[in-house]
Amino acid sequence: MARAQAAGTMGSVVVALTVNDERRRLDLDSRVTLLDALREHLHLTGTKKGCDHGHCGACTVLVNGVRINACLSLAAMHDGDVVTTIEGLGRPDRLHPVQAAFIAHDAFQCGYCTPGQICSAVAVLAEVEAGVPSHATGDLTAPVTLDTSELRERMSANICRCGAYSNIAEAVADVAGRS
Amino acid sequence: MRPFTYERAASAEAAVAAVASRPGARFIAGGTNLLDLMKFQIETPAHLVDIRHLPLRGIEDLPDGGLRIGALATNTEVAAHPRVKREYGVLARAIVAGATGQLRNKATTAGNLLQRNRCPYFYETSLPCNKRQPGSGCSALGGVTRSLAVVGTSPHCIAQNPGDMAVALRVLDATVETVRPDGSQRRIAIGDFHLLPGDRPEIEHPLAPGELVTAVTLPRPPGGTHRYHKVRDRASYAFAIVSVAVVLQEDGTGRVAFGGVAPRPWRVEDAEALLPSGPAAVVAAAFQGATPTAGNAFKIPLAERALALVLSEGRA
Repeated sequence: MARAQAAGTMGSVVVALTVNDERRRLDLDSRVTLLDALREHLHLTGTKKGCDHGHCGACTVLVNGVRINACLSLAAMHDGDVVTTIEGLGRPDRLHPVQAAFIAHDAFQCGYCTPGQICSAVAVLAEVEAGVPSHATGDLTAPVTLDTSELRERMSANICRCGAYSNIAEAVADVAGRS
Repeated sequence: MRPFTYERAASAEAAVAAVASRPGARFIAGGTNLLDLMKFQIETPAHLVDIRHLPLRGIEDLPDGGLRIGALATNTEVAAHPRVKREYGVLARAIVAGATGQLRNKATTAGNLLQRNRCPYFYETSLPCNKRQPGSGCSALGGVTRSLAVVGTSPHCIAQNPGDMAVALRVLDATVETVRPDGSQRRIAIGDFHLLPGDRPEIEHPLAPGELVTAVTLPRPPGGTHRYHKVRDRASYAFAIVSVAVVLQEDGTGRVAFGGVAPRPWRVEDAEALLPSGPAAVVAAAFQGATPTAGNAFKIPLAERALALVLSEGRA
């Protein structure tokens, strides 16, 4: 449980959460977002801060298996949660299939948005599998096929200012086509 | 963000008591709207009561054939629910027309209903805003008004309700269930849940301090053809300039609500009775008394065209 006001400090919280399969315990100012906890306190700097307001998707991580904007969540709200960041998806010698596809399809230029793009894409594949509809879905009750319009709609909250969208779409479609 | 203390509520009763007993205390669940506003110091709660783990997340069938959606069910969970997809299609369509996959995984049903009305001047803290600072004046009047409300406004505020989900809930005749600090429960018709600004634009809903939304209930499915059409400035992840939710029956009757045009989901029952006469008649009646600005008067003919499109699809 998150314990408020530890040691009488205004707005101090203790948070215990699992990040990339490791149990972590943090003593934080209550204002610390999940994003800042990951980057500034756990030094997992793969997750990026873009807009800090949920507009750009650079901070996308998986919490209990679903994607969220880490910038729009307090670390205190994630006591007991299981968080996966880009560092936990794969390693240089054992890439996640989506990471490998991003390399194969040259799906980035500067790379700043890439961790968020990849976490988002991994979650999109799971959402399609689970039957979560999108704005691009035709028949709500039929199984979802991840065609181009579905893919672009579902990835629309991950902005790439280098404009690598066409290659990002190809990378994700490649992995989706294999599963 | 301003400093605040934080606690995780152990029960709904404890959460209600915690917020009711502390000035400046607020519930937090998804937090996607509240934290955004806290970063701008537009919202400055002194204490947050986290209700995310309370057992208010289930979606269950009601004995009368309706559906009870827990206040903490996420937008994603509601849109993906088999009965919502099959029998309340307008709700699934409206939810996925709003926000993004990431936000819909976090945003809750109650939080979505309680998101603050939108206006660029509400977010611009260097300028007056009656909603942000009561009595300071409205910067939108005489300002850039393209996105703002055209009907149901007041001389004090023309902010628009930005919701998509709420527009669908309005045509579905949803009811909001709450529990109050004295332990009593009440049911609020969705049409009464969002208040018009009048001379108190800072008050957007009828909830008392500490009153907690516990669920949203839907009556039996209305049948018919369900449509939600959203007109926006880009194809994805943008607020509605105009949206329209329609449940259309085979005999040409139906229900219509508009989004993006008013401080609350805009449904006029007398107007929708004119559906058999066509979209122009419906829109003329629904927007009677509208007070658009030069910058957003286009929304009324746009609403008519959006409705015309939906009706032509619905009958196809």
